[in-house]
Amino acid sequence: MSTVDRPGGRILVTGLGIVAPTGPTVEDHWQAVLAGKSGLGRITAFDPTGYPVTVAGEVAGFEARGRVPGRVVPQTDRWTHLALVATDAALADAGADPAELDEYEMAVVTSSSSGGTAFGQNEMENLYRQGPSWVGAYQSIAWFYAATTGQISIRHGMRGPCGVVCAEQAGGLDAIAQARRLLRTGSRLVVTGGTDSSLCPYGVVAQLADGRLSTLDDPARAYTPFATDAPGHVPGEGGAILVTETEEAARARGRTRSWGAVEGWAAGFDPYDDAARTEGRTEAPNRPPVLAGVIRRALADAGLAPRDVDVVFADGAGTPERDADEARALAEVFGPRGVPVTAPKSLTGRLYGGGAPLDVATALLALRDGIVPHTAGTARPDPDYALDLVVDRPRELPLRHALVVARGHGGFVSALVVGSA
Amino acid sequence: MTRRAVITGIGVVAPAAVGREAFWDLLSSGRTATRPISLFDASAFRSRIAAEVDFDAVAAGLSPQEIRRMDRAGQFAVVSAREALADSGLDIGGVDPGRLSVSLGSAVGCTTGLEEEYRVLSDDGRLHHVDHRYGVPHLYGHMVPSTLAVEVARTAGAEGPVALVSTGCTSGIDAVAHGAQLIEEGSADIVLAGATDAPISPITSACFDAIKATSPNNDEAGHASRPFDARRDGFVLGEGAAVMVLESEESALARGARIYAEVSGFANRSNAYHMTGLKPDGREMAEAISLALDRARLDPSAVDYINAHGSGTKQNDRHETAAFKRSLGARAHEVPVSSIKSMIGHSLGAIGSLEIAACALALQRQVVPPTANLHHRDPECDLDYVPLVARDHVMDTVLTVGSGFGGFQSAMVLTRTLQEAA
Repeated sequence: MSTVDRPGGRILVTGLGIVAPTGPTVEDHWQAVLAGKSGLGRITAFDPTGYPVTVAGEVAGFEARGRVPGRVVPQTDRWTHLALVATDAALADAGADPAELDEYEMAVVTSSSSGGTAFGQNEMENLYRQGPSWVGAYQSIAWFYAATTGQISIRHGMRGPCGVVCAEQAGGLDAIAQARRLLRTGSRLVVTGGTDSSLCPYGVVAQLADGRLSTLDDPARAYTPFATDAPGHVPGEGGAILVTETEEAARARGRTRSWGAVEGWAAGFDPYDDAARTEGRTEAPNRPPVLAGVIRRALADAGLAPRDVDVVFADGAGTPERDADEARALAEVFGPRGVPVTAPKSLTGRLYGGGAPLDVATALLALRDGIVPHTAGTARPDPDYALDLVVDRPRELPLRHALVVARGHGGFVSALVVGSA
Repeated sequence: MTRRAVITGIGVVAPAAVGREAFWDLLSSGRTATRPISLFDASAFRSRIAAEVDFDAVAAGLSPQEIRRMDRAGQFAVVSAREALADSGLDIGGVDPGRLSVSLGSAVGCTTGLEEEYRVLSDDGRLHHVDHRYGVPHLYGHMVPSTLAVEVARTAGAEGPVALVSTGCTSGIDAVAHGAQLIEEGSADIVLAGATDAPISPITSACFDAIKATSPNNDEAGHASRPFDARRDGFVLGEGAAVMVLESEESALARGARIYAEVSGFANRSNAYHMTGLKPDGREMAEAISLALDRARLDPSAVDYINAHGSGTKQNDRHETAAFKRSLGARAHEVPVSSIKSMIGHSLGAIGSLEIAACALALQRQVVPPTANLHHRDPECDLDYVPLVARDHVMDTVLTVGSGFGGFQSAMVLTRTLQEAA
């Protein structure tokens, strides 16, 4: 099922908007990634003193006021502010004016991992400190996972088949896949991707309970995917929004330029994810990794063979067990050291609903410039992983296809293939 | 060749009705499950009524670790999924796990569990810097709604695509539609599709209090959910789950499975109007209905029954009635329309799947569930809403719709298959 043969042609990414710890725009982000400039630092959203986790990837200096309509600012959580700003940027980048397009042929599909966490904590505080009548009217529309999609739909008059996908860090790829489905069934422009922001005390503490967060307080060492002593991951905020269109729809509005195309997708579920392991379940010996099967299906969906993939943007969980699982799957599909692998998310932390869309955006930038950004922070990968991890500096290579891998808490596994323009 | 998705198993956890048959019993009797809230002390709230599930997790078959790990919404989902699998007669051991998927909907995820833990970590709101030493290992599982789909996937042994769809109050329809799509496009052969929500908690009740969306008719708890009635004054919060086994028609026929219905058409639209408000003309819901019928290759005249969103808010019931007339024309006046929310309340994201389950059972049994508590006609709601008493009715095609915060409007068409009609 090659995308090229479908009515409407390829599924193009015609616009990108990035708001991330690495920068508030697409080019700021890309320059930071190439320079290995980290967006990690001591948490400023609240005073983390006394908590085992003190480092996060914040979008420094992000201010919603002036960039999000004034009326909407108090009605929404920071996670939605970040998405609204990224959407404006993505639509501008795509040169798309929603007012000129058919309202029912435009839709919004975002991923969310945990909704409006900080907003929710504040309203629960009001409730338990003062009583139910102190809970604000906007709690009903700010906390729930559909808030961002709804607000983008309203702001841009997009009245088509909107959606929201939750699969923790894997959700972003599944949202893009849903956008592709919609574009194949009558929609012409779909705003997709996602953001997240949970940097409030309850949000960070809830993540701590899972045991996967890094407790190192040195931002340079706190998140080092595929290192032998990988200490866990760092939480971050932000993400990326993509404007996707069919080739035909883009051309019809005079748009020939694009960042590239969504070529293939697959998803699966790994019942032996480490959350299951901690509950006493053990993996059957010699079981082929679910991730390897998902990657193969994504490649088949794109009509590609493993040798056609020029770079892999890895999930890079940052814990030895999960990194080993991913490395094993990559080695199984591509052979030992068979493909350049990178995880620039070491500069931003894991962004949950926003993480995979940001990886897709970074992959498209890499395809554009023929440069694989390096995994800053990881000096070298564990030799047992048999990974060609790009470290130290970016690597220049002719690039046509990138594979993006994402895994979500509990067992979600997704893979997306993007191709150059 | 188009692959079709059919419903071959149904599992339900509903207010006053744990289990599919208890659920149908309740609906076909016209009894109501709304009552004063018992799950928490609601005395300080504007709306103190809800439709609660009398849920005994141990009796429902959950293990001690499952009970500890899953919040209430997760427990509902897993119990429903197990019933659906048993009902389908599927030999799960014989299914290729990579072709088995989950598509679960939920509007508010595990917020009930998240709120319970918040009370402990914050010492009832006292600490803004919540005390991490009180964090339970499954706390992060409560923070991400995707945990609900994870639990269903684990219980079924699914290794195909797993999704948690969260589009507010249309989640239950959208999740089943997504499951059907996975089958139609060939990504899966069997999908556990449905939705769950357990929103009867202080924070969720408070947020609906704040916008006066829920009924304050605390003195008539058993009769407070009054869709289409002139005296309706808001919805009554509910809870529950319904999970269906969807499978390709080919797979169902090959194993001689009983087929409840085919998921034959779906569409959704957004009003891009207001996060909670509805335009009175019902245009986007009408668009969704027309497109869903188109995709099912059916005319409005084929619709035999409409399972309405019928939440019982002033604006919804008007909006929806307008949408039915706009999309179905004269047919809107000829077919029975009913709202089971009159009996089991509005369980946010879960209700769409509970309504699909009700539609599948209605098709199988050729009985339309009634709209309870409908005594006073509203001149703006002038269709046949099947007041009070269930009705025997010949049906091949039913339409179910949902409408929710964010402006989302969804419509699904279910049809009896030839096997079922025979």
